[in-house]
Amino acid sequence: MTPIQITKSTPGNHENNRFGAVKSGGLILFLIGMVIFLSTLFRGDFKITQQSLQQSGNKVSTARLQNLQPLVGKFYTSKKRALAEIRNTLREAEPQIDAYNLGVAQFWVLKNAAAGVFKDQTVLYFFLSIILAIVGGLLYIIPQFYEGLPGIKHNNIWFSSAMARGAIGITIGTLFIAFYILLYWFPQYIVNMVLLVDPVSYFIRNMPADQWFLYGFLYTLTIIVMGLRMLAKYRHSRYHIIRTFSIIFFQLIFAFLLPSLLERLSMPSMDLKNAWPLNYYFFTDWNINSLWGGGSFGQFLFIWGIILSFAGVPLLTYFYGKRWYCSWVCGCGGLAETLGDPFRHLSDKSLRAWKVERITIYSVLVFALVMTFMQVVNYTSNGDIFGNYTWRVNQAYSFFIGAAFAGVVGTGFYPFMGNRVWCRFGCPLAAILGIVQRFKSRFRITTNGGQCISCGNCSTYCEMGIDVRAYAQRGENIVRASCVGCGVCAAVCPRGVLRLENGPAGNRFNLIKSDAIN
Amino acid sequence: MEHLVIIGNGITGITTARHVRKISDKRITIISAESDHFYSRPALMYIFMGHMRYPDTKPYEDWFWEKNKIELLRGLVTEIDSDNKTLSLADGSKIMYDQLVIATGSKSNKFGWPGQDLPGVQGLYSLQDLELLEKNSVGAKRAVIVGGGLIGIELVEMLLSRKIPVTMLVREKSYWDNILPQRESKLITRHILEHGIDLRCETNLKEIIADPDGRVCAVKTENGEEISCEIVGLTPGVAPNIEVVKNSQIAAGRGILVNDFFETNIPDVYAAGDCAEIVTPEGERNKIEQLWYTGRMHGKALAKTICGERTIYERGIWFNSAKFLDIEYQTYGFVSNVPRKGESSFYWEHAEGRMCLHLVYNAQNHALVGVNIFGIRMRHTVFEKWLTEKRTLEYVLEHLCEANFDPEFFAEFESEFVAQYNTQFPGQKLRLQGKRGLFNKIFA
Repeated sequence: MTPIQITKSTPGNHENNRFGAVKSGGLILFLIGMVIFLSTLFRGDFKITQQSLQQSGNKVSTARLQNLQPLVGKFYTSKKRALAEIRNTLREAEPQIDAYNLGVAQFWVLKNAAAGVFKDQTVLYFFLSIILAIVGGLLYIIPQFYEGLPGIKHNNIWFSSAMARGAIGITIGTLFIAFYILLYWFPQYIVNMVLLVDPVSYFIRNMPADQWFLYGFLYTLTIIVMGLRMLAKYRHSRYHIIRTFSIIFFQLIFAFLLPSLLERLSMPSMDLKNAWPLNYYFFTDWNINSLWGGGSFGQFLFIWGIILSFAGVPLLTYFYGKRWYCSWVCGCGGLAETLGDPFRHLSDKSLRAWKVERITIYSVLVFALVMTFMQVVNYTSNGDIFGNYTWRVNQAYSFFIGAAFAGVVGTGFYPFMGNRVWCRFGCPLAAILGIVQRFKSRFRITTNGGQCISCGNCSTYCEMGIDVRAYAQRGENIVRASCVGCGVCAAVCPRGVLRLENGPAGNRFNLIKSDAIN
Repeated sequence: MEHLVIIGNGITGITTARHVRKISDKRITIISAESDHFYSRPALMYIFMGHMRYPDTKPYEDWFWEKNKIELLRGLVTEIDSDNKTLSLADGSKIMYDQLVIATGSKSNKFGWPGQDLPGVQGLYSLQDLELLEKNSVGAKRAVIVGGGLIGIELVEMLLSRKIPVTMLVREKSYWDNILPQRESKLITRHILEHGIDLRCETNLKEIIADPDGRVCAVKTENGEEISCEIVGLTPGVAPNIEVVKNSQIAAGRGILVNDFFETNIPDVYAAGDCAEIVTPEGERNKIEQLWYTGRMHGKALAKTICGERTIYERGIWFNSAKFLDIEYQTYGFVSNVPRKGESSFYWEHAEGRMCLHLVYNAQNHALVGVNIFGIRMRHTVFEKWLTEKRTLEYVLEHLCEANFDPEFFAEFESEFVAQYNTQFPGQKLRLQGKRGLFNKIFA
């Protein structure tokens, strides 16, 4: 045996700012890109012409466009003024017009009237904003994980302004919330942002972009960029590498590209992985009609949706726990596991939070079930029984749950309450998956005998706010409805105490223990 | 109602209280000089590193104690009057007890080095030490850690998280080789070096030098080298904290002397955890056990005794675990640092040198004696069973898949172990049982 070579290492080189310059440069590029992107909100010229009005023809009724004739030839340097004049003109002609239809008309008329830099130099500004932010963002977030050896990278998280509810975190959260509010309720204010992705939309779908295309595009890009970050951060953990690839795959292919291509081919379109009741409009009359009436492919999509929701969900959850969906496939979960990873420790672990969680998530589930019942009755009775009420319940659900809870709170609150606010407190699909996982599943997190030192890393980094340690320190396995199987508790455990496992359901809780285990 | 008073709110005191509460309605008071609430001492490092905040290290929420009628008292016990069953506290107050548990834990060793009490010199054991380190590390350009044990490497990792370069002075030939066999010790030594830590083996501290302001500014080694630094961490192990019994009738050696029931020489006075010295050691086990889980086991057994069901402390199969920077370590049974008579070893190491498996077995009947594993997780219950059943090396190697506790999809090395065995013992043809194939992975 050769004696060990104790060579003198270079003292102090450890995990120094090896990539300091790259990181700062990346941050500057990212911020420039973001500023240019946000500046589209406040800049831009608009010129309403006969032709620009005609372009809105398939989105806004001809009569309504006719009403806007007085505006032809007008040139605006202020979006605010343009929107005001469109509104006033339409209100004058149609005093009854509702806010939704008004918004749609404003959005398309304004978007098609865009003139000036964002119209003339769309591709240039696309690169100067979105692409620059991506490149800068990657340079900023990836190299730091290569400054040390592979392993857990949680140093200084609680001292970080962005990740520990400091000024930067509050700013990020506020921007998220503002973006969601504009996207859902005031898209006419983000026409220039939508304009920037027009070339991409034409390339993929051969049609102009609307706010939902912008959203889907940014959502997918975010999952890819922050997914690359996960791959770097967890390069020592194959479970996380494979899981992250799965998330990126399902978002990019199933949620984004496939539906876009189907739209291009004018075929019935659906996110093939979006199971009911997360997909809360699946049983609405318009969705059933569009799928069932959409030829054999539409009918396939409809049947696929039924099989996924009523056979796939319980069966796969029986075998693997809800993780197969929540942290491997789902889009909301996908964003949480990528963009949300830096905020996972902000979830509340108190018993009180668990009590609140059980009230809210099952209330949403009941809401969704009632709504679905009404939708189905409405469809089969041709609206005879509940009449207009179904539509009103749909509207309420889509406003309060679909947009406000899942979107604004679900993502906007990442920097305040952790990355799984929606999944934990609201998602009705997670509620169903959770009931299966808790009562009829082969999945559990196994506790490794008596090795637990109660340190609390597992609980701290549980994005679902499960007090994992409470079970581990008693030698009990963790079988909880809310666990999405992200695998981070097992990864951060410094004593190798936790393992996500599928196995025979008997003694899944491991309540019988030897003395060594406590 | 009987009044049980516990001095110390660490894992031993708390476990005792919890288990007493499960089986009795005695009045329970826990006195701590360190903190208002129980926290996980092994998690101290993660607070400093920003992985967790102090409240995250508390295993029970603050309402837990009132709900379970466990009274918490912050104070320092200065005197135990066992004739009158009365405690005196530093603030002058007195507390009567019917039964007393002393679970005061450990204190950091200091070996009388010149300058060991200078500002900037400290150990790492308590919350107060952590606060001190927070102050000492402001503006520090280098730290010197003296002592190469588990606390030493934790302190190193903590300082590195703040980008403070560290020099580590270790008495041994390679890191922790007074506990670890040579090959494991070298594996960790290499890992320490690849982290850029200035590790000086076979180097002893001679003195700590102060600057004109009286703060530490350098250390001098026995080879005469001077290393300038702003922090000195003294981590040459811990010793029982028995200050509280000094002027009492309670007998103490290195620790408070107790029997296998944690009874001291004085009736109704018990001691357990790090501060206890068990006078009737079992086999190769130390008289003083300073681990998290032994504290927990002491407390659990003691609770029964206190409640009238006199229960002997059953040590069970020895185990432990730790993490050295990025490498996890687990051990079950006994693996001695120098090979013992009548024992043989099977050793496998991964090509990248960050994982290894070391099985020690009886040379005659091949029964497993102990195992060290680095970088691979193993199941406690499986090894506990195999060691109890005295399974042979060959049985263990063939069934090692059962013990694998690594996360799903991680690379598995069991077939490499078996192949290496078959090469080393040409007559043998071991076959791996129960390998997790793709089919099993999906449908297991």
